[in-house]
Amino acid sequence: MSKMHIKMKVNGEEVETLAEPRELLIHVLRERLDITGPHIGCETSHCGACTIDMDGKSVKSCTVFAAQANGKDITTIEGLGDPDNLHILQEMFKEHHGLQCGFCTPGMITRAHRLLQENPNPTEDEVRFGMAGNICRCTGYQNIVKSILAAANEMNAAKEAAQ
Amino acid sequence: MIPAAFEYHRPDTIDGAIKIISEHGDEARVIAGGHSLIPMMKLRMADLSHLVDLQEISELKGIILECQSVTIGAMTTQHELITHEELAKVAPIINEAALQIADPQVRYMGTIGGNVANGDPGNDMPGLMQCLDADYILVGPNGTRTVKARDFYEAAYFTAREEEEILTSITFNSPVGGYAYEKQKRKIGDYATAAAGVLITKEGGKCTHASIALTNLADTPIYCEEAVAILTGSDLSADVVEAATVAAVNASDPGEDNRGPIEFKKHAAKIVIRRAIERAIERA
Ligand SMILES: Cc1cc2nc3c(=O)[nH]c(=O)nc-3n(C[C@H](O)[C@H](O)[C@H](O)COP(=O)(O)OP(=O)(O)OC[C@H]3O[C@@H](n4cnc5c(N)ncnc54)[C@H](O)[C@@H]3O)c2cc1C
Ligand code: FES
Ligand code: FES
Repeated sequence: MSKMHIKMKVNGEEVETLAEPRELLIHVLRERLDITGPHIGCETSHCGACTIDMDGKSVKSCTVFAAQANGKDITTIEGLGDPDNLHILQEMFKEHHGLQCGFCTPGMITRAHRLLQENPNPTEDEVRFGMAGNICRCTGYQNIVKSILAAANEMNAAKEAAQ
Repeated sequence: MIPAAFEYHRPDTIDGAIKIISEHGDEARVIAGGHSLIPMMKLRMADLSHLVDLQEISELKGIILECQSVTIGAMTTQHELITHEELAKVAPIINEAALQIADPQVRYMGTIGGNVANGDPGNDMPGLMQCLDADYILVGPNGTRTVKARDFYEAAYFTAREEEEILTSITFNSPVGGYAYEKQKRKIGDYATAAAGVLITKEGGKCTHASIALTNLADTPIYCEEAVAILTGSDLSADVVEAATVAAVNASDPGEDNRGPIEFKKHAAKIVIRRAIERAIERA
């Protein structure tokens, strides 16, 4: 089956690639665009390691066809921060031991970022409910929740200071 | 886990979509959120060579609230249902049920149209729509027709929808009185071991209207006529609730699977149904 041109905005940059319509978005990101932040844990829509932000929604990119993503605005963990300039969520995950092996972390942080956009002041229960699509096999979640709550505080404090 | 190859279409009108489907017959399939279809395509359980993406068709989106009725476009996502404040006031049972479907990521993509059209007995919306006595609007090459949710489901993955028809919207009368959607699942993001939707209206100590429907307790959702008859006109006493619960469990026909043997499912069903009836009465 012939390939199609897929145009997307990824982390603020217009990109174009050729892909078969049946290719999964996670494969296009990782293998064609070399964006390897989002991981493949289960490839069956269950673990959330492949979570990206697509047009303002947290999406499991293993359950989206490349063709469906044509024209979309996508943010991955690479678009949130980098080693020299960590996002506040990355900093808080580091400080509060929100990761151990780190495999789930790109998905966790990308999802947490959207959650805090929609609910800047979540309760612990709301964080747990909002993060229910992401599985971690190491941490037991306690420190992930702590990191996200700490990031919410920091972001709110920064917002207040700016006003 | 790579699906077989297909040709991709993204029409921007209902007519355009129907034209493509009619042209390719059973080789074509529509995709909404893809969160049931893509997993099936990965497992090669869905066979198609033309995929018709409905995402660009604005006619299929949106929630319309009129004084007595609610109309929801097929491409409305579960996330949009949950975050619609007016809908939560008019039909809070939708909110309660949608929050129990899958997980946040799946709810951003999964649509109400895909959920009810899919025909998977595990889907929560079909039982809920039978509880609400909703109508499904179907559009095909020969025009528009309406099928009641209570008449739509024939067997697992078999529905009254013709292959070349698109489900465009769902409409129901705004529910009044008490409501509950109760679901037992093994973990977050799991389909129901047993679930029940209940509506109850009370006047002067008497039940004037009731509705009960079950999810994942048979090949199709089940509207429990006998249990409804027991509740309607009664004083909703503990004995009545028990009798209605037993009648609803008797209407179920679960199969054994990885969620447990039949006996366990009926046990879970009984608890879920009773809780749903009791909560609906409390809120009535
Ligand atoms: C991890 C996970 C957990 C889940 N848990 C639950 C759960 O607890 N409860 C639950 O109810 N669901 C659950 N789901 C399913 C999810 O809600 C799906 O999104 C939903 O069943 C289908 O909606 P969709 O928009 O993704 O449809 P799609 O997957 O795009 O389509 C499903 C089927 O319906 C057909 N279709 C879609 N739209 C139309 C239309 N407008 N007209 C005609 N045919 C149409 C398609 O051709 C296809 O056959 C889960 C999914 C996942 C991945
Ligand atoms: S890899 Fe996509 S959900 Fe696990
Ligand atoms: S840190 Fe290892 S899976 Fe989450």
